[in-house]
Amino acid sequence: MSSYDAMWEKLNLDLDAHSGLLQVLGKFYGDIYLSQSGRLQGMEYLDFVLSEVHGLRIKELQDAKEAGRKIVGAFCVFAPEEITLAAGAVQVGLCAGAEAGKDAAEKVLPRNTCALIKSFVGFKLARLCPYLESCDMVIGETTCDGKKKAYEIFEEYAPVYVMEIPQMKRACDRDLWMTEMLRYKDKMEELSGKAITAESLRDAIKLVNDRRRALQRLNSLRAASPVPISGRDVLLINQVSFYDDPVRFTASINKLCDEIEDRVKAGEGVAPKDAPRLLLSGCPMAVPNWKLPYVIESSGAVIVGEESCIGARNTRDLVDEGGKTMDEFMNALADRYMRIDCACFTPNTERLGNIASMAKDLKADGVIHYGLSFCQPYAIEAYKVERAMKDAGVPMLSIETDYSMEDVEQLKTRVEAFVEMLR
Amino acid sequence: MQHENGGIAGIDIGSRSIELVVMGDEGPVHQVKAPTTFDPLAQCRKLMREVRVGRIVATGYGRKLFAETAAGEMDVKAITEIQAYALGARYLYPEARTVLDIGGQDTKVIALAEGGKVGKFEMNDRCAAGTGKFLEFMATALQVPLEAFGNFAMEADRRIQINSMCTVFAESEATSLMARGERPENIAMGLHLAIVQRTLAMLRRVGLETPLVFAGGVAHNACVRTILQEQFDEPLLIPENPDMVGALGAALHGMLLASRE
Repeated sequence: MSSYDAMWEKLNLDLDAHSGLLQVLGKFYGDIYLSQSGRLQGMEYLDFVLSEVHGLRIKELQDAKEAGRKIVGAFCVFAPEEITLAAGAVQVGLCAGAEAGKDAAEKVLPRNTCALIKSFVGFKLARLCPYLESCDMVIGETTCDGKKKAYEIFEEYAPVYVMEIPQMKRACDRDLWMTEMLRYKDKMEELSGKAITAESLRDAIKLVNDRRRALQRLNSLRAASPVPISGRDVLLINQVSFYDDPVRFTASINKLCDEIEDRVKAGEGVAPKDAPRLLLSGCPMAVPNWKLPYVIESSGAVIVGEESCIGARNTRDLVDEGGKTMDEFMNALADRYMRIDCACFTPNTERLGNIASMAKDLKADGVIHYGLSFCQPYAIEAYKVERAMKDAGVPMLSIETDYSMEDVEQLKTRVEAFVEMLR
Repeated sequence: MQHENGGIAGIDIGSRSIELVVMGDEGPVHQVKAPTTFDPLAQCRKLMREVRVGRIVATGYGRKLFAETAAGEMDVKAITEIQAYALGARYLYPEARTVLDIGGQDTKVIALAEGGKVGKFEMNDRCAAGTGKFLEFMATALQVPLEAFGNFAMEADRRIQINSMCTVFAESEATSLMARGERPENIAMGLHLAIVQRTLAMLRRVGLETPLVFAGGVAHNACVRTILQEQFDEPLLIPENPDMVGALGAALHGMLLASRE
C-alpha cells in the first residue's frame, strides 16, 4: 500500500485503476528512459520528479491549497500562467498523453477524436489524474474544434473556464486576446480573492521568463556535435516544466545545463558524431507519450529539437520585462502570446520560418513531422511544412499516429528507412 | 566475392513469405522461397540449411528477430525493406526512377535519387488496405484460389467500381453486388481496379517518374499488372522473380559492406 493512498482516496481517484496506471508508467519509464546509456547526472532530478509525479508533487499541491492558494489546470500554452501566478495561484499542465481512460472517453466522444482530447476527458471520467482532481479551475481554450466542443462535455465534470483564442493575427485579433486576458485576470482575482498588482505581475513574468530562459539555454546546447543529451530526456524536461514548481525546476535545469556545457567542452555525447540529427515538429507530446521519440532514437538517430507546444513553441518567446505599469505588462503579455505559431492560426507562415531556422541552428539532417490522428490543423499544415523543408533542402518524413502501440512495427520501418536515407 | 566463412546472402522475412538470395561473382546463384507461417525462424533455418553463408543481411518484418538470433553464427546486419527494394530494383534496372512494391501487408513507393539512393518514400500506415492481404481476403470471399485470382478477374466483361478500400467494407460491397446478380469475375475486376487506384495515388504523392519497377508478391498478379500498365505509355519493368527483389537488395547491401572492409 502506497503512503499516498489516503491522499488519492481523498481526491476520489479510482485507486485500483490508478495503481495499475502507475505500474504501467513505471515499466514504460524504465524501458524508455532508465535503459539509456551515458545519461547526465542531472537527469536524476527528472527521474525523481517523475517517480513522484502522482505523489510528492500532488502532496505539495494539497499543502498549497491548505495554505489558501488556488490550483489552476491548463491544456494549452495559451493559458497565461503569468496571470495565474500573479494571483498567488499555482498552474499545472494536465494529463493528456496516455490511453488509460480511452474506453470511458469514447462513451461521450466520437471515436475519431484525437488521442489528446480523448485522453484528458478519459482521465477525468476514469478518475485517474490527481492533478485534475486537485484543480479549483481548469482553463479550456478554443484552439481547435475538437477541444472547443469537448470542453462543452468536459465542463459537466470539471470546473472549466474557456478562453477564446483568436484564429488570425490582425489588430482586431490582438484586441480580442487582450480582452480575454483582462477577463481572465478578473476571474483569477475573483477565484483567489487576491488583487493582481503591477508588482505581482512583474514578478510572475520574471519567474516564467526565467524558466523559458533555462529551457532556451538547454535547447541551444543541443547544437553541439556529438549531441550532449537525448531527445527523449529533453522531451521529458519540457513535459515536467508544465507541472513542477517553477523556481525549483529552473534551478535544476540550469544545473543540468552546467553539466551539459562540461560535456560539450569534453566533446562527449549520447550518440555517435555521425548519427543523423532529427528535428521533431508538430503536435504536442504530453506525458507519457514517448512513443515516437523512442522509436526514432532506437533507430540510430538522435533528436536535436522539438518544434511543438511541449518544446520550443512554449519557450521561444519571452515577455518584455521593461514595463512598470499594469497596462504595460498586460500589453507585453499580449504581444508575446500573439507570437505563438500554433496551427490553429490562419495563415501561419511564421511557423514555416521557425521550423527552417530551428533546423538550421540545430544542424538537423532531417525533420520528422508528427501529427496526431484526427488533428486537422497539423495534418493539413504538414503539406506546407514539407514544401518549406524542400525549399530549405531538409528532407522530411511525415508521421501520423496516436498513443496505441499497434503500429510501432510499421513506424519503426518508416523511421529506420528515413534514417538510412539520411546516412 | 566470398566471405571467409561462406557466401554473401540476403534474406527477406515478410509477412507472408520468406525469400533467400545467395550471391556469386556474376550475380545471384541461389534463390529460394518459403511461406512465413507462424514460426518464421524455423522457416529461415530450413532455407539456410541448403547453403553455406558467412555474411547475411536481413530485411522485412522479421529482420530484427532474425538478426538477433543469427548474430552468434554469422556476420548479420538488418536494413529496411525500403532500402532493400531500392537496391534490388536498381541492380536489375539501372535506369529505374521509381519502385513500387506491393507485398503481403505493405505497399511501398520509392523515388530513386541520383546514384540509386532513396530520395523519398511512401508507405501505408498500420492498415493493410490495398495490399496483398486485401487480395487474399477477397479471393477467399469469392472462393477463388489466390494464385488464380488475377486471371479470374481478367475474365470480366465489364468494369465496375468498388468504392471501399477497407477490407471489411469492400467485402460487404462485394456481397451486395453478388446479391444483385453481378458476375463474380466483374466483382473481382472491381477489387483489382480499387487496388490500382490506391496505388496510383501513392505513386503520385512521391512525384512519379518513369521507368517504374513493379515488384513484390502482388506483381505476380496478371490483372494488377495489366490495369497498372494501362496507365503508362512505356512498359512497366517487372522482374522475373518480383518477390525476390528485397532479398536481392539485402544481399547487394552485404556485398557493399564486404567491399568496404
